[in-house]
Amino acid sequence: MSGPSTYVPKNAAARWLEQRLPILGFAHDSFVAYPTPKNLNYWWTFGAILSFMLVAQIVTGVVLAMHYTANTNLAFNSVEHIMRDVNWGWMIRYLHANGASMFFLAVYIHIARGLYYGSYKAPREVLWILGVVIFLLMMATAFMGYVLPWGQMSFWGATVITNLFSAIPLVGDAITTWLWGGYSVDNPTLNRFFSLHYLLPFMIAAVVGLHVWALHVVGQNNPAGVDIKDVAKDSVPFTPHATMKDALGISVFLMLFAWFAFFVPNYLGHSDNYIEANPLVTPPHIVPEWYFLPFYAILRAIPSKLGGVIFMFGSIAVLFVLPWLDTSRVRSATYRPLYKIFFWLFILCVICLGWLGSQPPEGGAVLAARILTAYYFIHFLVIMPLLGLFETTKPVPASIADAVLAKQAGQAGAAH
Amino acid sequence: MSNVATTTTMPNSAHPEPTRRDMLYLATGAVAAVGAGALAWPFIAQMNPDASTLALSSTEVDIGAIPEGQIVTIKWRGKPVFIRHRTKKEIEEAVNVDVAKLPDPQPDSARVKKPEWLVVIGVCTHLGCIPLGHQGPYDGWFCPCHGSAYDTSGRIRQGPAPRNLVVPDYAFLTPTKIKVG
Repeated sequence: MSGPSTYVPKNAAARWLEQRLPILGFAHDSFVAYPTPKNLNYWWTFGAILSFMLVAQIVTGVVLAMHYTANTNLAFNSVEHIMRDVNWGWMIRYLHANGASMFFLAVYIHIARGLYYGSYKAPREVLWILGVVIFLLMMATAFMGYVLPWGQMSFWGATVITNLFSAIPLVGDAITTWLWGGYSVDNPTLNRFFSLHYLLPFMIAAVVGLHVWALHVVGQNNPAGVDIKDVAKDSVPFTPHATMKDALGISVFLMLFAWFAFFVPNYLGHSDNYIEANPLVTPPHIVPEWYFLPFYAILRAIPSKLGGVIFMFGSIAVLFVLPWLDTSRVRSATYRPLYKIFFWLFILCVICLGWLGSQPPEGGAVLAARILTAYYFIHFLVIMPLLGLFETTKPVPASIADAVLAKQAGQAGAAH
Repeated sequence: MSNVATTTTMPNSAHPEPTRRDMLYLATGAVAAVGAGALAWPFIAQMNPDASTLALSSTEVDIGAIPEGQIVTIKWRGKPVFIRHRTKKEIEEAVNVDVAKLPDPQPDSARVKKPEWLVVIGVCTHLGCIPLGHQGPYDGWFCPCHGSAYDTSGRIRQGPAPRNLVVPDYAFLTPTKIKVG
């Protein structure tokens, strides 16, 4: 954060470097001495879990790129080559493919935690907006990565998603042709997707740098939603407290990751992607990866092509203005009894949308998707602004220390 | 202390006269903007279809060997194109339709160059699936994805698709040879 560094170099070499580039002091202030609220729970370990997953995806991805061939005639076979011939190739590919799912699982929990505890509210608006930018970059990266194995779902998923741009009036077809580099998804498309799939993770890393920077300027939110007032009473140093907690969080998360990667590596994928792409045969039912299903349901719920595209992008764009849509002065849902209910209704709405996105768009599923799409937007555009005006909130503790003491007193009372 | 100097050199300090230096700044900035735009152009244009893709943008097909009643699928610009040699019954079905009642009204005559030959792009106008020929309630095409049914003129008759199957640019080079694109 601000102020002079408390870092004291321990040897002559460190002192020499510190006078020329204060990187050791910067790291010490950011990840050792940095004051973290002492009431953080395990939902706050997902930032570290996500950082770990980004590094894991980059490491496995760089290795896969050494064996993969981005050409429509060779791509599918090069992936099979990785699976069968390359030393440990099967493991690295399964880690990368399931790693994408784990990355999204973690980011959804991370976003939900932000929504529950009001982490997007002043002064954390820029921190939140950078997070939404990272989320969009992740979606673009994941989409292009899924195209690379050049299976049937790769090809037809790419066709459906790039066709969304053709809904733009006047210039839509020209933009789609430009994205494809041809008149359909073909070799030029595959080549550029590979190039961009390699580039975007490093752009994500850069925005993560800004995200962490913004976090360290305004300080972490916490379950009580009140800021650190007295560093000695309200906070603990990042190391060892947050470091150890994050390490445990990552370890437990890795168990889930390993279970998917080693025991059910194809559970989250679609079996049609083990059929090579065929531009003349459409799979009977095109579905995206699970982490895009709620947005796919919104796309299909709107009975107009352009309208569907607008609502789908709008469902993420609305997150950018959330800090100004929420009018409540209380951050944490702990002290907002009504918001707590609406938060869980919203989570339920998104999960149901995800399930509907996996179903064929017929009969009752279409109606249900329309109702839930309406509710998704009502949550942000109507409920959030009004709730802040009408909700009677519980008293907010004066400080983090008070919140911790009140909780301990409550637990002691319950025990006796 | 600088008041005197200001009033002597700048009679109207709220709206200072543009100087030669301002002009130079503007001109330099304009040249730099044009230069940046000129440099950006190739980097954007390189993503458009290249010469080898454009070279394949038309395809010639010998249709002499297609018997009446058969549909042949060819690949054009990476997409399937259906060439259908229609029977008399199929032509009648396509012509004898109240055009005004169709979801995407278009007479059969506007969709063919010769009544016995129908040429359409084989991509469902709903979400891009490939419809199956000689199937569905209208004897034309049926899309297995979401149930859109097309007639023997490739027009949408029922289901979620908004438009008729697209007729590509094509021309008869000889009575038995067409050029698509």
